[in-house]
Amino acid sequence: MSTSAQEAQYGFAERWLPRLVLAPSFLLTLFFLYGFILWNGYLSFTVSRLMPNLEWTGLAQYQILFENERWWVAVKNLFIFAGLFIGSGMAIGIGLAIFLDQKIRGEGVLRTIYLYPMALSFVVTGTAWKWMLNPGLGLEKLMHDWGFTQFTFDWLVNSEMSIYTVVIAGVWQSSGFVMALFLAGLRGVDDSILKAAQIDGASLPRIYWKIILPALRPVFFSTLMILSHIAIKSFDLVMALTGGGPGFSSDVPATFMYAMAFTRGQMGVGAASSMMMLATVAALVVPYLYSELRGKKNGE
Amino acid sequence: MANKMGRALLYTLLCLAAFYYLLPLYVMFITSVKDLDEIRSGNLLSFPTSISFDAWSKAWSSACTGVECHGLSSYFFNSVKMVIPGVLISTTLGAINGYVLAKWRFKGSEIVFAMILFGVFMPFQVLLLPMAQTLGWLGIASSTTGLVFVHVVCGLASTTLFFRNYYVGIPDELIKAARLDGAGFWRIFFKIILPMSTPIIMVTLIWQFTNIWNDFLFGVVFSAGDSQPITVGLNNLANTSTSVKEYNVDMAAAIIAALPTILVYVFAGKYFVRGLTAGAVKG
Repeated sequence: MSTSAQEAQYGFAERWLPRLVLAPSFLLTLFFLYGFILWNGYLSFTVSRLMPNLEWTGLAQYQILFENERWWVAVKNLFIFAGLFIGSGMAIGIGLAIFLDQKIRGEGVLRTIYLYPMALSFVVTGTAWKWMLNPGLGLEKLMHDWGFTQFTFDWLVNSEMSIYTVVIAGVWQSSGFVMALFLAGLRGVDDSILKAAQIDGASLPRIYWKIILPALRPVFFSTLMILSHIAIKSFDLVMALTGGGPGFSSDVPATFMYAMAFTRGQMGVGAASSMMMLATVAALVVPYLYSELRGKKNGE
Repeated sequence: MANKMGRALLYTLLCLAAFYYLLPLYVMFITSVKDLDEIRSGNLLSFPTSISFDAWSKAWSSACTGVECHGLSSYFFNSVKMVIPGVLISTTLGAINGYVLAKWRFKGSEIVFAMILFGVFMPFQVLLLPMAQTLGWLGIASSTTGLVFVHVVCGLASTTLFFRNYYVGIPDELIKAARLDGAGFWRIFFKIILPMSTPIIMVTLIWQFTNIWNDFLFGVVFSAGDSQPITVGLNNLANTSTSVKEYNVDMAAAIIAALPTILVYVFAGKYFVRGLTAGAVKG
């Protein structure tokens, strides 16, 4: 009698306790992520400027956004930044990973050096590169001292080129991270495949290009996801390095949103621009998450 | 012969790369120990003739960040006050969530997991405006408590993901055996799961520590004056326009702001890398 009562009690607790324990986090997520998305979405359809104002105005804020030259500069900069940041970061990272995979003496030390920038905040990275790229005292003066007196490097204050300085600092920070991911992937490749290909007389570059890199497709996709995600979110680096300037020439959507919502009293436009960012991320991530979760289910 | 040449080339390339990654750290450090005259007369790479840590003490206690001139120390301690509860709370919640989602699945738990997971990717810009209003209503706007709250809410997704993926790898038989012995939900968690969790706890602590310490967006939006974290302090200091720009102080400040995460990287590098890659596999 008593044991069955105990079992029933356990059954009840075991059924409800897990849900109860998960509930606070679930509610936080529901309210603070999904609720806020709706709330922010609603704000983007209102006349809110300096203060939230719930008066509905339809798509007017989106229209203002799309007619704003600064927004399109930010979007264009995001494409330039994301393209070069992802492209160069991947190329450098994969290259270093393959080089390090050649049974290198001192691999541990090199790996540590390549990866440490990832521990720094983007604000630190931005501050450091701002000093080094500073026209007059930084790289330019160094080249002058070395005898290249004609050398000029004023990208930081040149509105045509300022976004490229963000690429320089961004790639420096995250290429080591790509290296770490690919090195882990390379270590997971079966050695026997390599040996078989070598016996067949394939050259090392050919083996990497034809066999090993294709096998690392999942790593490639994860890295691509993360880097594009960092690129879309990038805010700190731009703020610390160029502050979005000169003018608004190195603005990206994240800094545009901040400026509109918090310094220029254009809350509705700010909300609309963040919805555009969300839409971009969702377009990238939802199919990825879907395939990941589905893939896992099939694998189990 | 060709092979030897190849090896030499390989090592040269790798060392050049190491040089490239170390260069900013070297430049930051030597700039921070030069005086301003030497900064102007020398160049980026030139070694200082005399080493002085004046810029460091100025950055720490008397440099101006905007109108105030107290250095970075108060910002540094604000970050400490923010990062400790932020990391501990989000990690604890993540562990419990991961335990439920991996070992106590119920109908709909996969959907809950997917919903939480999206938080890893979400651009936080969407949260800024509603969060600013909510923090105001809760009476914790512009306070360290408010920042801790934001970091806990936004960190839940990654901590839950880490623990869930780790706990999926623990055999179910272990749980079943414990249940036959009469152990319940919490007993299994504390006596079986938690003792096996050290590696993933380390990963999550380090991941959250670097994320929260390095955060700038929430710091700049949700804090004011006496609650601003170090990243905001550094940015204010480096972007304060004064007649004489003190690059040595800026660089000393940057190193101070970076020191805690660098130390974590040096002393817990293995877990740091694991955290990064774990975050990468599905996040």
